[in-house]
Amino acid sequence: MRIEKPTKSRLAMAIAMLSVATALTLPQAARAETVLRIGMTAADIPRTLGQPDQGFEGNRFTGNTMYDGLTMWDLSSATKASVVIPGLATEWKVDDADKKKWTFKLRPGVVFHDGSPFNADAVVWNVEKVLKQDAVQFDASQVGVTASRMPTLVSAKKIDDMTVELTTKEPDSFLPINLTNLYMVSPSKWQGFFDKAEGADAKAKSQAAWTAFAREPAGTGPWKMSKFTPRERLELAKNDAYWNKDRIPKVDKMLLLPMPEANARTAALLSGQVDWIEAPAPDAVKEITARGFKIEKNEQPHVWPWQFSRVEGSPWNDIRVRKAANLCIDREGLRDGLLAGLMVPATGTFEPGHPWRGKPTFQIKYDLKAAQALMKEAGYGPTKKLEVKTQTSASGSGQMLPLPMNEYLQQALAECYFDVKLDVIEWNTLFTNWRRGVKDPSANGSNATNVTYAAMDPFFALVRFLQSSMAPPVSNNWGYINNPKFDELVTKARTTFDPAARDEALAELNAASIDDAAFLYVAHDVGPRALSPKIKGFVQPKSWFVDFSPVSMTP
Amino acid sequence: MFVYIARRIVYVIPVVISVALVCFLLVHITPGDPLVAILPADASQELAAQLRIAYGFDRPLPVQFGLWLWRALHGDLGASIATGRPVLAEVLRAVGNTVTLAIAAALIGFTLGLLFGLISGYFRDTWIDKVSTSIAIAGVSVPHYWLGMVLVIIFSVQLNWLPAVGAGPGGSGSWAWDWDHIKYLVLPAITTSVIPMGIITRTVRALTGDILSQDFVEALRAKGLREKSVFRHVIKNAAPTALAVMGLQLGYMLGGSILIETVFSWPGSGLLLNSAIFQRDLPLLQGTILVLALFFVFLNLLVDIAQAAIDPRIKRN
Repeated sequence: MRIEKPTKSRLAMAIAMLSVATALTLPQAARAETVLRIGMTAADIPRTLGQPDQGFEGNRFTGNTMYDGLTMWDLSSATKASVVIPGLATEWKVDDADKKKWTFKLRPGVVFHDGSPFNADAVVWNVEKVLKQDAVQFDASQVGVTASRMPTLVSAKKIDDMTVELTTKEPDSFLPINLTNLYMVSPSKWQGFFDKAEGADAKAKSQAAWTAFAREPAGTGPWKMSKFTPRERLELAKNDAYWNKDRIPKVDKMLLLPMPEANARTAALLSGQVDWIEAPAPDAVKEITARGFKIEKNEQPHVWPWQFSRVEGSPWNDIRVRKAANLCIDREGLRDGLLAGLMVPATGTFEPGHPWRGKPTFQIKYDLKAAQALMKEAGYGPTKKLEVKTQTSASGSGQMLPLPMNEYLQQALAECYFDVKLDVIEWNTLFTNWRRGVKDPSANGSNATNVTYAAMDPFFALVRFLQSSMAPPVSNNWGYINNPKFDELVTKARTTFDPAARDEALAELNAASIDDAAFLYVAHDVGPRALSPKIKGFVQPKSWFVDFSPVSMTP
Repeated sequence: MFVYIARRIVYVIPVVISVALVCFLLVHITPGDPLVAILPADASQELAAQLRIAYGFDRPLPVQFGLWLWRALHGDLGASIATGRPVLAEVLRAVGNTVTLAIAAALIGFTLGLLFGLISGYFRDTWIDKVSTSIAIAGVSVPHYWLGMVLVIIFSVQLNWLPAVGAGPGGSGSWAWDWDHIKYLVLPAITTSVIPMGIITRTVRALTGDILSQDFVEALRAKGLREKSVFRHVIKNAAPTALAVMGLQLGYMLGGSILIETVFSWPGSGLLLNSAIFQRDLPLLQGTILVLALFFVFLNLLVDIAQAAIDPRIKRN
């Protein structure tokens, strides 16, 4: 039998057919997995069990990623103030007859990462994990960071599967804002660990269950834990079944790496080990941008202040002195010089454009002549300086560059006849003293303290400093401010339940505090972060938090 | 020898108890709230009181110490306030990473230190000695965290040869002795090794010079012994002191360096201490200090025993 040689056209046809057949039978080539690698400022992975530690960095990375609250922050805009929007609750209202009772309607169809349903039972269980001491899931280690952020909530009750009733100890219109800090974890997942746990009693088993849950958590958030090495790395994978389709992450995985040292973070970014770093060192910004990386920043709800003593005999009791100090600081100079652009000059707790700003009559700005005139009017001058003493720290969360910044103020205020002494102590001690107040010996003769604060929530931004009943040991009214007008406005804001009217009352309170020059307002942090040019779709909101969902990466 | 070892072990017991007491008291007498890691400054008084009771900080200090020591003797160092994880597991994982770093640094530092020290000792006051001594002095004098940063800038940022931070492509949990992992170790190990290298160089140089000037060396040479054999005698005589210095240096390295581990984000005991200090995590701080102190005490014990085994005069004294 003679075998004919195939012609060229036949050969071409055979090759084409073979190619098509091969393409059809081979599995599709897998799309390369995209991994976003982030260097955090934290020295450890924030707690993963639902209520993170390490302040708002914890909420940013292990709170809002794996979990949701009944309410959440809108992080979609870089220009508008971040406001509270529905989360796992679709709507809520305060009871008309009893202003201490709220009804929250829950979002239907939401499931936890372990497949169990989110419902009213889950909400009650999660409220009780931090508020009900005899609940089996009660965990003391989560109470501090949670209960203090929702100070008036006392209990939760199931009305039906999709409705809960929350009760506060006093009328409190801030509750929906507070609830952004209460993250919902899966009770059934926890129960599974509890049933398997070994321990002498229910308390020991409960602790073991929380420890196990932290290693293998389940929330409802857009990210799920995929790998976890304590103190080293946390790998999160996108949750394809997330209830908000618009917020399903664009990258497959996110890797979080603790890097407490700013230069180490910068080196990791520049050498390509990570794609994103939090808080680059200010002196590295030029180098970072010169190499094509982007610096993202925006005004944060954060205030770098001096909080004045208002006890008898304090030099800050004279409003002319308080106003003079506020007019004596060249904040733009501080921003452009020492901080390499990484701050926003503060003219109050909230800046124009924020719903809680209001219309203050006292304009905080740099006006040396006006400041000196006020000081002269108050009886001071080049030959008669006013001695003041401020307690500060050498470092600390949110403190930015406390020592150089305070030295800058010391120099600036000297031009307005202030003689500033600094009492520099360790950060945690300063933080503890903050609660003890100016009358405590720990104040060491200081008549101002320099502790930065977050201003996301009206209680933390205004109430705890301005209301007279918040004086130590109750809360952070360190200087014992006692102004009936502030007290009246706080009550008004807390008992105004229409959101727009409540915002107006808060704006009134903020404006009153500026007009009274209640603090020396210096700076707002801008939450700087450096991003690889490969990162697209990132929005830096006016918030401590960011939404990682829209972030994508080009190869 | 047995009696000597037994006596040394008995001496260790009061030291260990003292160490436990000191590290317990040290963290308690520092100002600030022990619950600062989990108790925000705005927490209510009731909440603060409730948590103090839950963590046992409301009890008298002697009671707290007694309970802590009793649990520690049973291998329970409590749980970290900040993370809730068992302290012992945290410390052991971190110590494991520090041991890896210390072994690598010891290999580099001891090898170079012995080499430079012997060369300097044998060639005293020559240009070789001057170069070796200069390197040793630089090793001791240069701030090692600064050197670490410089190495990172050169080899990671500029040349992109080695990673800047971390303990392996998958973290320390996936550690293996292959190049993919070892390359993470190179820069921190070199940085850690410079101080021991400098100290050992200077010690060995002094010892070698001293031994070479002694009569017995002259006598050995006069007897016609080859230089190799003389060298062996020099080494034998220098060994006890050199070993003691190496043991001490290894102890320091096993303690972990807060600065180096922070610069390289190396998850060892130094970084753990740093984290515990900044978070004021008392159980973690106490546990870490205790474990490291015990490490140091037992390492000294081993060095003493090794010295006695090498040099019978020590045992007799």
